[in-house]
Amino acid sequence: MLNFILSRLLSAAVVVIGVSSLVFFLIHLVPGDPVEVMLGESAQPADRAALRHALGLDQPVPVQLFNYFNGLLHFDLGTSLHSQRPIAEVMLERMPATLELAVAALLIAVVIAFPLGALSAVRKDTALDHGARVISLLGISIPHFWLGPLLILIFSLWLGWLPVSGREGFASLVLPALTLGTALAAILSRMVRATLLETLNEDYIRTARAKGLGEYTVVLHHALRNALLPVITVLGLQLGALLGGAIVTEMVFSWPGLGQLTIEAIHRRDYPVVQACILLISVTYVLVNTLTDLAYVWLDPRVRLHEDR
Amino acid sequence: MRLGLPLGILLLWLGMAMFGPLLDLQPDHIELSRILASPGSDAWLGYDDLGRPLWDRLVVGARTSFFVALWVVVISALMGTAIGTAGAYVGGAWDHVIVRIIDIFLAFPGILLAIAMAGLMGPGVDNVIIALSTVGRVGFARLARAQVLSIKQRLHIEAAVAMGVRHARIVIRHVLPLTLAPLIVEASFAVAGVVIAEAGLSFLGLGVQPPAASWGSIIRDGTRYMLVAPHMVLAPGIILMLVVLAVNLLGDHLRDWVDVRTRRVL
Repeated sequence: MLNFILSRLLSAAVVVIGVSSLVFFLIHLVPGDPVEVMLGESAQPADRAALRHALGLDQPVPVQLFNYFNGLLHFDLGTSLHSQRPIAEVMLERMPATLELAVAALLIAVVIAFPLGALSAVRKDTALDHGARVISLLGISIPHFWLGPLLILIFSLWLGWLPVSGREGFASLVLPALTLGTALAAILSRMVRATLLETLNEDYIRTARAKGLGEYTVVLHHALRNALLPVITVLGLQLGALLGGAIVTEMVFSWPGLGQLTIEAIHRRDYPVVQACILLISVTYVLVNTLTDLAYVWLDPRVRLHEDR
Repeated sequence: MRLGLPLGILLLWLGMAMFGPLLDLQPDHIELSRILASPGSDAWLGYDDLGRPLWDRLVVGARTSFFVALWVVVISALMGTAIGTAGAYVGGAWDHVIVRIIDIFLAFPGILLAIAMAGLMGPGVDNVIIALSTVGRVGFARLARAQVLSIKQRLHIEAAVAMGVRHARIVIRHVLPLTLAPLIVEASFAVAGVVIAEAGLSFLGLGVQPPAASWGSIIRDGTRYMLVAPHMVLAPGIILMLVVLAVNLLGDHLRDWVDVRTRRVL
């Protein structure tokens, strides 16, 4: 058990180091001279040299790499070229908005997916099941950048129920969270349906029914509990899509989070901020996935027994 | 029979993309008096914010979509399969390195790496293709690796090695053909993913540049005029969704058909 945890943490550390290195080299993707791209062709040589020095680009690549990792260890992500403020500070300001959006989307997804998937499985091959499956297929096929404007059109412009954009109060969270949560709800409900169908065929379900337990108790207490485990893994993996989708969703709704910051920084050619955002989002993803893996082992006694044998 | 509708939708738009230039389209023709005009008799989907006919632009957008999708899927499939096959077939430390690299690329959530790459390299269709195939090949590499690992253990490979067949020949003649079916299924889903991703990048302003048209950039332009001209957002979105839905449905069928375990007895 301890071995498993240690090896999982070690491989997560390797991935985090790899991700950080890749992000470091991203700036070399900028065609030609990044300093020239940032300042424009008409910039004075002195300004260019100053920026080059500020970014550390005047040093040899190994030294740059060392400084970069040294900075990361001290939570020093550099300075934003646009606002001249420490990037860590700028990101800390934006983080709550993204967390709020992601958690709300996750809640919406879970609240929709479980009843929908469970009903679909229990009433397999009925009109209800077909309806639920069509809805989930639609949910998977609708991109965030279209669902968002569509919801704005219906609920903000035509019905006037909710604000169009921005982050002011609970009402402004509803549409962005719904936009971001729909695809996840669709994927999860398919997963819940599939695993629940599998669990409902198990012997212990037959035993539970033979004992005379009500269908409600059988499904809710016996089947759904065991169907939860694979769903949790999928949830961890889907978090990546959620974070990626958050970028687009934040742009649609002018939601002042990390995603909006990333895209703004790209358009402003504020490359250090772009790097820092990409790094933070992917490292979060790695950490959450590692935690999901560990939680899985902890939740499922069968996995633990297998390890100890 | 259930395949008819999705197949029809896909072929229709594929045809539009291929033969669009033969139609009498004027995607860049500006009609100043018709700016944001609703669908009507002279242009059945109306006009956009610059007074250009929306239908013509959607057909040109289809061309962008399928052009990018085709290139990205072909490049990612070839590179990914080569990387994954090389890792699994050679094995050892080499395979270990490849698995680590795959892990690192998979650590970037969703479209994030593509956004970063396209953003840093600058907008344009070429860069979109490079960014999306860099991200896309990882899935193919992982799949090909898993396939080759199991095929490698089979008796016919052992027999070929014993007969002294060269490794390159074994891989090309005896391993790769067996990996094709799942890779083709993966490719069909990848098409849907790339169509959405390209539109997403263009929506963020990182894809095609004006005056070229993409479904994503048309939706973005439309979001500014939703109250007066909802057709600018609705039309491209519905088409995009129908195409993606069609590709996903066809992919589902293809997967069931390829997987003999689920193939129904006719």
